[in-house]
Amino acid sequence: MNLFKKIYRSKAAIFILLATASFVIRADDMQYALDRAAMVAEIERYARLTGDRTGDQAFNKPVMRSMASVRRHEFVPDAKKRFAYENRPLPIGFGQTISQPYIVALMTDLIEPDSDDVVLEIGTGSGYQAAILSRLVKSVYTIEIIKPLAENATARLQRLGFENVTTRLGDGYYGWAEHAPFDAIVVTAAASHVPPHLVKQLRPGGRMVIPVGGRFMTQQLLLIEKTETGEVKTRQVIPVIFVPLTGAH
Amino acid sequence: MKTQTPRFLFISVSLISMAAIGYEILLMRLLSIVQWHHFAYMIISLALLGYGASGTFIALSKRLIIPHFALAFSVGAVLFSVSMIICFALGQRVPFNALEIVWDSRQVLYLLLMYLVFFVPFFFAATCICLAFTCLKEHIARIYFFDLLGAGAGALTIIAALFLMSPQYALRLLAVFALAASALVVSGVASPLRNRLLLAQGGFFIALLLFLPPNWPDFRISQFKGQSQALQVVDTRVLGQYSNPLGLLTVVESPTIPFRDAPGLSLNTQSEPPAQLAIFTDGDAMSVITRFDGNLNSLAYMDDVTAALPYRLLDRPRVLVLGAGGGTDVLFAVYHGARVIDAVELNPLVTKLVGETHADFAGNLYDDDRINVYVDEARSFVTRSADQYDLIQVALLDSFAASGAGVQALSESYLYTVEAIEEYLRHVAPGGMLAITRWLKVPPRDTMKLFATVIEALRREGAAEPGQSIALIRSWNTSTLLVKKGNLSGQEIEIIREFCDINAFDTAFYPSMPASEANRYNVLDRPFLFEGAMALSGYGAAEYFERYKFQIEPATDDKPYFFHFFKWRTLPELLSLRKRGGAGLIEWGYLVLVATLIQAILAGALLILFPLCVIKRNWPSGAGKRMGAYFFILGLAFLFVEMAFIQKLVLFLGHPLYSVAVVLSGFLTFAGLGSGYSQKLVQRYRGRRLLLVAYAVTGIVSVALVYLFLLPDLFDRLIGQPDAAKIVIALLLIAPLAFCMGMPFPIGLGTVARKAPDFVPWAWGINGYASVVSASLGTLLAIEFGFTVVILLSLGLYVMAAVVANTGTIFRLPPSDP
Repeated sequence: MNLFKKIYRSKAAIFILLATASFVIRADDMQYALDRAAMVAEIERYARLTGDRTGDQAFNKPVMRSMASVRRHEFVPDAKKRFAYENRPLPIGFGQTISQPYIVALMTDLIEPDSDDVVLEIGTGSGYQAAILSRLVKSVYTIEIIKPLAENATARLQRLGFENVTTRLGDGYYGWAEHAPFDAIVVTAAASHVPPHLVKQLRPGGRMVIPVGGRFMTQQLLLIEKTETGEVKTRQVIPVIFVPLTGAH
Repeated sequence: MKTQTPRFLFISVSLISMAAIGYEILLMRLLSIVQWHHFAYMIISLALLGYGASGTFIALSKRLIIPHFALAFSVGAVLFSVSMIICFALGQRVPFNALEIVWDSRQVLYLLLMYLVFFVPFFFAATCICLAFTCLKEHIARIYFFDLLGAGAGALTIIAALFLMSPQYALRLLAVFALAASALVVSGVASPLRNRLLLAQGGFFIALLLFLPPNWPDFRISQFKGQSQALQVVDTRVLGQYSNPLGLLTVVESPTIPFRDAPGLSLNTQSEPPAQLAIFTDGDAMSVITRFDGNLNSLAYMDDVTAALPYRLLDRPRVLVLGAGGGTDVLFAVYHGARVIDAVELNPLVTKLVGETHADFAGNLYDDDRINVYVDEARSFVTRSADQYDLIQVALLDSFAASGAGVQALSESYLYTVEAIEEYLRHVAPGGMLAITRWLKVPPRDTMKLFATVIEALRREGAAEPGQSIALIRSWNTSTLLVKKGNLSGQEIEIIREFCDINAFDTAFYPSMPASEANRYNVLDRPFLFEGAMALSGYGAAEYFERYKFQIEPATDDKPYFFHFFKWRTLPELLSLRKRGGAGLIEWGYLVLVATLIQAILAGALLILFPLCVIKRNWPSGAGKRMGAYFFILGLAFLFVEMAFIQKLVLFLGHPLYSVAVVLSGFLTFAGLGSGYSQKLVQRYRGRRLLLVAYAVTGIVSVALVYLFLLPDLFDRLIGQPDAAKIVIALLLIAPLAFCMGMPFPIGLGTVARKAPDFVPWAWGINGYASVVSASLGTLLAIEFGFTVVILLSLGLYVMAAVVANTGTIFRLPPSDP
């Protein structure tokens, strides 16, 4: 009888424990969802204030839907999870960062993603940008040069079910010829020049975007457009409305 | 009670000062390696408050300590020695990330922790010296003399040591100095603790030399610096690490994913750079050695960068490359068929890397008969040179990241001042060119300021229409500015336009350029560079400077802050845009300096003034304020003069390090001599101290004023002399000024010691506080108003000190002890 009681009690204890745990986990999830909604609202507010560079007053709806659905906290280290939905860049180890959500949204918006697009990303990092793109385009190919980051991102993207993302460890300088041409290319950190192979692998009419500046501060976004005739032009976009001159002439 | 002077005390004071100033300079180096130099500056300025706080500590605990003066001094010195090393190791473990400070408020706490850690060694060092002042009142001038002498020697010693050994060993050397100071004092003490203390010192000494691993404490370089990031890439490895006072150089090879540095490479190019080795200075600021196998075809990419423009216009030019770095710019000139190439590089280690260590990789570039490499400071080299060149090329040596984050705002650069451009142009042969390539920021800052600087230089040289000889082109991230000696011809303009069309570069300015040509390939919101260049080359410059939201007025030798773009007016707007991606537009370097000043003022008040206020005062009411003012003013003024002199001598001595070493050691040594002499004067003219202060101040003001007018001319005439002669000349010039500057402090302190002895720690603390404040305040003033104003201000302060003394309270008090 005593034994039965003990078993019964311990079962009860385990049940209570599990129930509590699942409640905590669900509470956590709910909290993350709330935080994510707040983050998206903040980005939308800023977008309205700034005005999109394409002349619209907001980012494209699908972009914002993707921002609202991707669980950013899955892409940041445990110690930083509580800041996952703050509108700021976070360190992810190895001297790399996960970009500020506002900049991710802006960059994604600038390449005007379409559901048929094939996109190349240079610099997988945590995999967050690839995940955002994954919900918007047909397929994403992403290359990372830091081995542990590449391995972690691959595992993470697989675990979270981003099946149209293909990752690779290697040199992004030569792009990914097997899957070229690309409708859009996202390079996550600027080098001293734009690799000529990437320009070649961009489809006519395609767009490439590169953030320029430090790891924690994007100074400008370089938008490279290849016209249908193959001519290449750049636009240098600062993420905010800022006119360097005051007053009238 | 009168304290007996321990044996060797004065030498020990010298040794402590020597180690303390050495530590300050070394710490600046070490923290610049693991963090960034402006944060290094910020951390050290606060750590120096240890000096001020020691005064407070002595004031509070003197009854306990004074009876055991020698022991306390000795223990303090040992603690100083140990803490120098421990604190550096500990400080590196604080997870402070300067780059995240905008986003993460916890970083401020980490920064505070860093302050606290580095505060400790300075506190112990200063406590020893303040103890000596407090306990041996009758020897104040002598102690001050040895204190300054030691500090002077310390500045020289550490710079010499950094040439000879790794920073880690230099750190141990300083620890040994402090240990020696302790041992010398304690050896003469009859106390049961003596032997134990000597034993501990011996143990630590042996541990320092024998048991510590050679690279301990190792450098934990911030993971966000270029070198750390490069080393994350698969298969990268460090080929070698070399150190001198100019920096820690790390050569990195990346065989699998090579470095490919080619700033401003055209988007239309079909070429790519060959493999490169990276040279990181202090973990960042990458320069590259480009592989060269004698086949010029492998360098075809060098045709497709903005910097190639001058070579389209000049045939087989005689070239001067200012800033040879890893030699890529020299190779660039070789590729473009230069007839003769003179290359100037500041750091001899960098030259050695290209010319010897990795000569095979660089294709034995420096063995080429056409190439002459000079180890020299660029500006100084040009000033002394009698040669004329067809092309003077100022290389793009700073990294974009450094340029972009505004971290250079505080560094003086004599490469890009109006006077520098005038000097370069004097060495350009008729029809030849000056070409300067810079990173292009959006909105434009460097390029705009450079354009304004060139226009001003041409105007000073008498050009009626300076725009006629200038062309400016840009890619998405670089701009190249050409200044021709003479007007640009129609044919040359045609070549420039064609070069830009082929490479999808934009012309931003050339004589009579139509607005329709601006902003075609690399589109900005508006053609800012074109509009700016038109305004600056015409008559709307003043209004444009005013209207532009960044500071783009030309830098001059008096205000050599080319990289200072900050305007207060723009700050609120940028702060409000911070979260919307505007943070990158803020020029943080300047703000860090302002924060340094504010924190120094606040922390100083908290650590020094507040505790002193609550302790019992034993001097006549009202006297304290004036005495405090006297020592505060002296602290400010001394450092202002010293700082301004370091700047004034950089060009003359041809090397910032020589300047720092000569000025610090010169000022401290001669001020020490002045202090020693003042003691004799005081004894001779007892009761007329007021007059002595007035004489000293008159001396300071007259010498400094004469220098202000005479030095520029004198330096121009003597700049061609050999280095050794110039160092002697500099020391001779410093001597009379520093000699006089060494007097007011010990005269004042000696008086205080006799008439209000409780005020001695106060005086020391307040003076230390002022020195901390003056370092950042002086830089801020120089950025805003120039060095001439800083010197004039310091002279005004000296006069004020004499007036404060004259208004009575210090020098006319009756003696407290009959």
